Amino acid sequence: MITSIRYEELDILLNDLFTRYGYDFTEYSRASLQRRVQRLFTLDKFPSFAEFRHRLQNDPLYFRRFVEEITVNVTEMLRDPSFYRTLRTSILPVLATYPFIRIWHAGCSTGEEVYSMAIILKEAGLLHKSLLYGTDINPLVIEKARKGIFPVSQMQKYSENYIQSGGIQDFSAYYTANYHLAKFDTSLTGKMIFSTHNLVSDSSFNEFQLILCRNVLIYFERNLQSKVFKIFDYSLENFGYLALGSKESLRFSPIADRYRQIGKEKIWRKVHEAT
Amino acid sequence: MRRPKLMIIGGSAGSLQVILGILPVIHPEFPVPILIILHRNSVFESNLEELLASRTQALIKEVEEKEPILPGAIYIAPADYHVLIEADHTFSLDYSERVNFSRPSIDVTFRCAGDVYGADLICLLLSGGNADGVEGLQYVKGRGGIVVVQDPATAEVSYMPQHAVNQVAVDFLVPAEDLPAFLKGLATWPPA
Repeated sequence: MITSIRYEELDILLNDLFTRYGYDFTEYSRASLQRRVQRLFTLDKFPSFAEFRHRLQNDPLYFRRFVEEITVNVTEMLRDPSFYRTLRTSILPVLATYPFIRIWHAGCSTGEEVYSMAIILKEAGLLHKSLLYGTDINPLVIEKARKGIFPVSQMQKYSENYIQSGGIQDFSAYYTANYHLAKFDTSLTGKMIFSTHNLVSDSSFNEFQLILCRNVLIYFERNLQSKVFKIFDYSLENFGYLALGSKESLRFSPIADRYRQIGKEKIWRKVHEAT
Repeated sequence: MRRPKLMIIGGSAGSLQVILGILPVIHPEFPVPILIILHRNSVFESNLEELLASRTQALIKEVEEKEPILPGAIYIAPADYHVLIEADHTFSLDYSERVNFSRPSIDVTFRCAGDVYGADLICLLLSGGNADGVEGLQYVKGRGGIVVVQDPATAEVSYMPQHAVNQVAVDFLVPAEDLPAFLKGLATWPPA
């Protein structure tokens, strides 16, 4: 019988981590967090909650592992191809009118979406005047994103996504395959800046014309979602765009009335500045 | 046995026909909210909700994150997300790794609902060719929930329900043709 981490224990743990390390997970949705913490607890074979708690309080390296393991890092290139098709046809032509394009991928995980964006910018002839910022709370995934090396086994799926997104080149031209790894072209990585950033505690760091944050907000409670929406709003130029995951919405957010949705995709345009 | 506060139906290959057979007995005043976790294939991915809605007067609704779980509705797990349930009886969505090669995974939702609803949960596992859902049923049973399995002899693909029968102390083993009546009986639970 495996010991279950109860919600009360989870709350104790979250308070510990905030006090000890300044990382605040207390406004993360509990059900998902409980699964992730339970998974780690089982994986690392702790005999009791007390020992798990003690280790986390006293071993900063183990806390680092905790952050790496409890955050969800599932992503793929050109996920939801119709979303990228809309970016190509409706959003990039508008961004093309700017002398310089700044894009923020908030919660970018291992960077697959940043590389996807660089590819479509390149094909639109805009990459040379673009800068793509990729941020995540987890330092390990940021290191991976910087390297731009992904499993070759994924390339067939990504190539299919690419074609469905309206790509007409040969997708394999963007990477060099070596055994089981695919390294993406340095012409893409040269326009990317990766950094750790915690949406809970860090503030806005620049102004952007496009912010993408897909499948991150589903892990946050409503109150934290609102805070993050305010950071995005503050970081977005007037008439800039905010893109969310396929099941996320701006609808119930405090900034909703100043944004207009673009077609059926989860992309909103800021139509008024905050007053 | 008091009336359950949530019913979850999990199904994979061969389960869609069974679900379509059950739906007509669910009406808008049905007292138990129903959540359906179906392994989808891309063939009916886009029009599943419409297909289901054509068979019932009750509201068919894809799960939205943070949405409260209310009676009178039949909630459907969206393609490619796990469905979780929070302590305050609202839904959460989760895009983490597949479980049993599946997202949505039936095990993930059964287990999470078991934590929140305990003895107020009833879970039904239907036809399928995968063991997803069996471990979850075991967990639900351990928390006092009611476990119902489609009789494997009446399943198009018997692997999943058979596995459940082998592993879990099932409360009700119901042939496919009796499932609509069984569901209808939930409204007047407990059975006389």
